[in-house]
Amino acid sequence: MFDAFFRALGRSRETRETESHSDDVRTDGGVADPAMAGEAEASSSSVLDSEFVQSLPFWGPPALLVGLFVYGAVAWNVLISLTDWSGLGQPEYENFDLSVYSQMLNDLLDPTSNFFVATRNTVALLVAFTVITLLLGLLLAILVDQGVRFENTFRTIYLLPMSLSFVVTAIFWSWMYNPSIGLINETLRTVGLGAFTQAWLSNPQFKLGAVIFALMWQFSGYAMIVYLAGLQAIPNEQYEAARTDGASTFRMYRRVVVPQLRSSTTSAAVVLMVFALKAFDFLFVMFGPNPGPSTDILSVMMFREAFMSTNWAYGSGIATVLFLMALGVIAPYLYRQYQRGEL
Amino acid sequence: MSSNSGSWSESVNLRRVSVYGVLVVMVAFYLAPLETGLMTAFKTQNAFFSTTPFAPPPADGVTVQPWAAALDRLGPGVVNSLLFAVPATMLSALFGSMAAYGMTNLNWKYQVGVLSLFVAGVFIPYQSVLVPLTRFWSMVDVASLLAFIPPLADRAGLIELGVTHAAYGIPICTVLFRGYYLSLDDEMLEAARLDGASPARIYRKIVLPLSKPMFAVTLIYQFTNIWNDLLFALVLVSDPSNAPVTIALNTLKGSMVQQYNVQMAGAFIAALPTLVIYVLFGEQFAKGVAGET
Repeated sequence: MFDAFFRALGRSRETRETESHSDDVRTDGGVADPAMAGEAEASSSSVLDSEFVQSLPFWGPPALLVGLFVYGAVAWNVLISLTDWSGLGQPEYENFDLSVYSQMLNDLLDPTSNFFVATRNTVALLVAFTVITLLLGLLLAILVDQGVRFENTFRTIYLLPMSLSFVVTAIFWSWMYNPSIGLINETLRTVGLGAFTQAWLSNPQFKLGAVIFALMWQFSGYAMIVYLAGLQAIPNEQYEAARTDGASTFRMYRRVVVPQLRSSTTSAAVVLMVFALKAFDFLFVMFGPNPGPSTDILSVMMFREAFMSTNWAYGSGIATVLFLMALGVIAPYLYRQYQRGEL
Repeated sequence: MSSNSGSWSESVNLRRVSVYGVLVVMVAFYLAPLETGLMTAFKTQNAFFSTTPFAPPPADGVTVQPWAAALDRLGPGVVNSLLFAVPATMLSALFGSMAAYGMTNLNWKYQVGVLSLFVAGVFIPYQSVLVPLTRFWSMVDVASLLAFIPPLADRAGLIELGVTHAAYGIPICTVLFRGYYLSLDDEMLEAARLDGASPARIYRKIVLPLSKPMFAVTLIYQFTNIWNDLLFALVLVSDPSNAPVTIALNTLKGSMVQQYNVQMAGAFIAALPTLVIYVLFGEQFAKGVAGET
C-alpha cells in the first residue's frame, strides 16, 4: 500500500502542474487534454496512478485531518498509557512499560476495585441498553409501518429526543425521577402503585436501570428509523403470501419479517453498542464525575482518573481499553460489509 | 364466507384501534419529559412543589422569571456555541463531500483501505483521544499564535474546539456523502470525463451543485451533534468566558439544585436551536441519523 502511495507522491508534482494547466485550457475552449488522451493508451497501472493523483486533492486534506486527530491521537494515547505520567508535569517518553495494564488485570480479579466495577457496569449498560432499545425500536417501526394516518408525525415525535443534547435530557430526567415530586413517582402513586415508588437516582439498586431507561427513551427513535428502512425494503408480496397461508400477524412477523431485518438489527446494534461504550455526557450531568459504584462506567472513570485525579497514564490506559472494545464491535461489522461489497 | 367477513372486519377494526392506542400512548411517553419540563419552567417555586409536574401552572403560580434567570446565565454560552459550531459544521461538511467524491467517483487502488479508516472513524470513542488532544492543544498554543489579533486570541478555546469538532465530524460526513454519491448517475460523469473535464471541474460543475440536498442533511445533522456535545468542551475550554452552552447549562444545574423551574427553562434555551431545526427539517435529520449505519 505504501510504496504505491509514495510512487504516486513522487509523480504528483509534475502531473499536478500539467493538470492545473490543462484545466485552464479546457475552461476556455474545451481543448482535449493530451495527458488524458495518452492515459487511455497507457498501461492500466499508470491509469490507476493517475486517477489516484487526481483524487488526492479531494480526499488528501480530510484524510490528513482524520489521520492526525483521530488515528494519530489514538496512537499517542496508547503511547501515553505506556508511560508513568501523572500529576502536573509533562509526560516523559522514555521508560515504557505495561504497568498500567498489569494494574488493570489485577483489578479485574478484585470485585471491589473501581476498574472491575466500572467494567461490569459498562458491559451491563451495553447489553441491556442495546437489547431494550432495539426491541422498542422494532415495536415502534412495526406500528408506524401499519399504514397509519399521521405516520410522519408519529415518526417525528419518536425521533425527537435524538435531537436533544444529553445535558438537556439528563436535566429532564433528573426532574422526572425526583423521588418526592417527579412525574414517575407521581404517576405510580396516581395509578395505585405507590408501593413501587423509589428514589430512582440515589438507590444503588435502581440507578443504572434508571439511566438505561432514560437512554432507551432517547435512542429508540433511532432504532425505529433503521428498522423502518428495513421493513420498507421487504416486498409486499411476502406479506400477502403469508396472509393467504393463513398465518397470524404475530406469526407472520416472527417467521417472515423479523428474520429479514437481520442486517438492520446488526447495524443498529453496532451503533448502539458503541454509543454505550462512550456514553459520558448523560451520566456526567446527572451524577457528576463520581457516580458511585452502582453506576460508574469506564468512560466516566477515564475522565475522572485523567482530568480530575491527573493519573494521565492510567486514564489513557482505560481509554485504550475503550478503544479496543469499540474496535471489537466494529471490526467484524466492517469486515462483513467489505465482504458483501457494501463498503 | 360472507358471515365470516363481518367478524373479520370487526377484528381488523379492533386491531387498528389498538395500533392507534399504542401509538398515542408512546407519543405521551416520548413527550412527557418535555411537557413536564415546559410546564415546570413557567411555575413559581411554590407552584412546582405543590402541583403535579405535567399540570399547567395554577393561576397564581405563573411566572416567566425562570426564563429570565436562565437566559441571563446561558446567553453568553449560546453565543459561544454558535461561534464555533457553525464554522465547524460547514468545514466538516465540505471536507466530507470532498473526501467522499475522491473515494467514490474516482477509482484508485487501496481506496477501500482508506475508506475503511474513515468509516471506522465514525465509531471511535472520544475518550480514546482526549488526553493527547489536550496535550496537542497545549503544544499548539492558539492564543499566542494569534496574539497579534486580540479578538481571536481571546477566543482561542473556541477555535480549538471548532477545529477539533470539524476534524471529528469528517468521518460521518464522508459516510453520508458517499451513500449519496454512489447513487449519482455514472454515465453523466463518464460523459463529462470523455469531454475532457478534469475531476476538479466535474466536482465543481456537476457533483457540487447536485449535492445540495445532501449538504442540507449533513449540515443539519452535524450542527446538532456539535451543538449538543459536552465532553470536548469540558476538556478543551478552560476560560469560563468561552464556555459553550452545554457547559453553562451543566454549571447552572449544579448551582441551582432545587430550582427545577430555572433548570427546565435553561434546558429549553440550550435545546432551542436544535429543536427548531428538528421541527423544520426533521426529514433531513432522520436521513442523517439513518446514514450512520
